Amino acid sequence: MIIAEQKPIPRIVEMLEGHKSMLVVGCRSCVAICLAGGEKEVSILSEALRIESDLKGNGWQVDEVTLERACEKEWVGEMREKVSGHDAIISLACGVGAQVMQELYPDVRVLPGLDTSNMGAPEEQGIYLEKCGGCGDCVLHLTGGICPIARCSKSLLNGPCGGSQNGKCEIDPDVPCGWDQIYHSLERIGRLDLMEVPIPPKDWRRSRSGGPRKIVRKEAVLTPEEKSARGAR
Amino acid sequence: MMSNLQSVLSSGRMAVTAEIGPPKSADAETVRKLARHLKGSADAFNLTDNQTAMVRLSSIASGVVCLQEGVEPIVQMTCRDRNRIAMQSDALGASALGIRNILCLSGDHQCFGNQKEAKNVYDVDSIGQLMLLRKMRDEGQVWGGDKLEKAPELFLGAAANPFADPFEHRVVRLAKKLAAGADFIQTQSIYDVDRFERWMSQVRARGLHEKVHIIAGVMPLKSHKVALYMKNKVSGMIVPDHIIDRMKNAADPKEEGIRMCVEQIKHLQSIEGVHGIHVMAVAWEEKVPVIVKEAGLLPRPVV
Ligand code: SF4
Ligand code: SF4
Repeated sequence: MIIAEQKPIPRIVEMLEGHKSMLVVGCRSCVAICLAGGEKEVSILSEALRIESDLKGNGWQVDEVTLERACEKEWVGEMREKVSGHDAIISLACGVGAQVMQELYPDVRVLPGLDTSNMGAPEEQGIYLEKCGGCGDCVLHLTGGICPIARCSKSLLNGPCGGSQNGKCEIDPDVPCGWDQIYHSLERIGRLDLMEVPIPPKDWRRSRSGGPRKIVRKEAVLTPEEKSARGAR
Repeated sequence: MMSNLQSVLSSGRMAVTAEIGPPKSADAETVRKLARHLKGSADAFNLTDNQTAMVRLSSIASGVVCLQEGVEPIVQMTCRDRNRIAMQSDALGASALGIRNILCLSGDHQCFGNQKEAKNVYDVDSIGQLMLLRKMRDEGQVWGGDKLEKAPELFLGAAANPFADPFEHRVVRLAKKLAAGADFIQTQSIYDVDRFERWMSQVRARGLHEKVHIIAGVMPLKSHKVALYMKNKVSGMIVPDHIIDRMKNAADPKEEGIRMCVEQIKHLQSIEGVHGIHVMAVAWEEKVPVIVKEAGLLPRPVV
């Protein structure tokens, strides 16, 4: 899932400069699970903004809505009525959701209420860890099911650097060394032999370095006829 | 032309290398003065590459200053600041300027330095870096296969840290570096000699000591505070308590630090498979000649 956290309220207030009527939009998917942009966070932020408006006499109109999934046009399209009349959308969805909103409502300014951080998983309640760097060429089969790209601070491909000690990364005693974890995972699987194989420089073309990525599933793409048939329905 | 370091190592003599930290300035004179002072006390000198991620005079430029003084450089090159384009280009540039020895390193994370907000590169890691540079040298090709009109002349080094974890993996990592192209290895500073000896016996068990030149690293201590700092704050460093106590109880800690370093060098030389000593006198470079002399390693051979 996507892990994000809310921007501090003063930062959000700063972005609202010049706006009068705003819609706070949340998402019930990833950002709800990581307690950043679900229904509850939407209502808390909206209330905070109303109080701010009352205190400062801004005269803001603050409304709220939480979508099922803000990264899909179908769901984002459903809030059209809610959006009308507002001059700003404060997105409490991830950066993807915020962009879909902007695309569907090109005349309204979409402001990011979250800082979107990574692709990760909840470690325990309230703690979320980055797991995947979206490199486009997965090597988990070689690394004991633990990602060297996202979980090693240097994205090394060939084992722990000289800064790995007692299972921790050199950057911080609170950060586990990804390669120490890989080593022990391979040890448990009985595949430490994989630690012996030098991995050559990675082909990063399928990562962000190759430019914005687009995946086309030909069999799923609709023909123009199918599209118009759907549109008619 | 073969590097002096390579000549000494292949002659079977105990090699000596030492470290020069380039200054945090554009002043070449600092390096020049050190090079003059240190000339003759080691076979080649490492020029660190923005060590601990602090912006400093570039290692290649510092290496050229050493060459001008008739001192052989080992240019350190980290993967932190360069992608494979810059790495290969810098290796060509270094070779063109007469630099023969390059030490391939992952590099300290930028969080330690004075550019904490920087984006790091890590396009390749130190093992990938060795592969790139070896391909240029041995096959006369850049990575991907394009031909070089003239291949760089390089003697490739890498680091090994027997004190990092997991310990059992450390010899494997060495084997990988060797397979990737390392001709010589410089180790992290050794204080825990027992652990180093255990590592060396694993190295010998795999026969690696016969395939790569291992140069054992030492760092003279100035005070017990420095020792404590390294023990507690530098990840991947082990400083046993008896060393800290010895520094603490010393009447003249600096002298004691030098004495201890000399003792270590004498002992390390006797370990089978150790082909050289690397002296890292950080911000204390002027002590290198006396350390090397007292360790009985002067004069340096002319080969
Ligand atoms: S190897 Fe690449 S795709 Fe696989 S988990 Fe890591 S970053 Fe994600
Ligand atoms: S200590 Fe481990 S996680 Fe940190 S940079 Fe080194 S190998 Fe990567």
